[in-house]
Amino acid sequence: MSVGIVLVSHSHELVKGLADILSQVQPDVKIGIAGGTEEGDIGTSAFKIKSAIEAVDDGEGVAVLFDLGSALLNAELAQEMMDSESKIVFCDAPIVEGAYAAVIEAGIGGSLEEVVQSAEGVKTVSKLAGQN
Amino acid sequence: MNQEDFKKWIKQVNERIQEQKEYLSELDGAIGDGDHGVNMARGFQEVVNRIETFENPDIGALLQQVAMTLIGKVGGASGPLYGTAFLKAAGVLKGVTECTQSDLILALEEGLKGIKMRGKAEVGDKTMIDVWEPLLSKWKENPETSLKELKAFTAECMEGTRHLEAKKGRAAYLGKRSIGTLDPGSVSSYILFDTLFSNLEDVAS
Repeated sequence: MSVGIVLVSHSHELVKGLADILSQVQPDVKIGIAGGTEEGDIGTSAFKIKSAIEAVDDGEGVAVLFDLGSALLNAELAQEMMDSESKIVFCDAPIVEGAYAAVIEAGIGGSLEEVVQSAEGVKTVSKLAGQN
Repeated sequence: MNQEDFKKWIKQVNERIQEQKEYLSELDGAIGDGDHGVNMARGFQEVVNRIETFENPDIGALLQQVAMTLIGKVGGASGPLYGTAFLKAAGVLKGVTECTQSDLILALEEGLKGIKMRGKAEVGDKTMIDVWEPLLSKWKENPETSLKELKAFTAECMEGTRHLEAKKGRAAYLGKRSIGTLDPGSVSSYILFDTLFSNLEDVAS
């Protein structure tokens, strides 16, 4: 049992690729993806996000990472449409680094709160630290 | 308005959206991601396909169907925004088969609340709210306003977004460079209301 991670993007390829990277690091963490519209075009779909959340939720909660604007709108709509009482948190974090940190934390048994903190913590980490 | 009138309205919205598809995408291309026309055209076409055979006289049920189709098919931010608006309006008109003007205003006001909740935007942010909010306030405060005047006011509200700087959505990334272009969401909302008022004229005559 671990916190589930859902990746939401306007592009299926973007989250598919990101999920591949993350699975290599933590094969046991459940990662759901919802990229593109129902027709596979660029965009997001509340129904796809809802299914992705349901697929990875085993009761420990789900941390959702997203890319641009409407992804959050649709993710919030997905949450409102859920029948279950799933614990869902939207992470205010860049999607690649945030998801990486979230998956590591979920893999070592972190709680939903800890997973979200890890994801959001990357915002203050310099990617170029020590490189001068 | 009864369920048939609502259907007619939605069909006319679709016709206008299809006609203006390229114009809407062009506006969006100038300050956003350029897909508003295509997205709205795809969504409303699907709505019309699905409501064609809709027989339940419950207006709320019809609008619920419209909402779910828009949420599933539009993509982009306008899907969840218009979807939420119709969903909230559907809640108000649940079980209603004859909608009075005050029912309609109430339903649209709930729709506006839904858009504001979803988009977290306010008047002046250069969004569809710049049409919805002033228009509904005016209509509510002066229910006797003529449909002609309401139409002119809707156009005025839409035109007013040209001089605003975008604070929400993709256009916000452009900052001051978003000034000078109409907000595409305000244009599609103009279409929604303009066709509504045309329909009310037809119902009244």
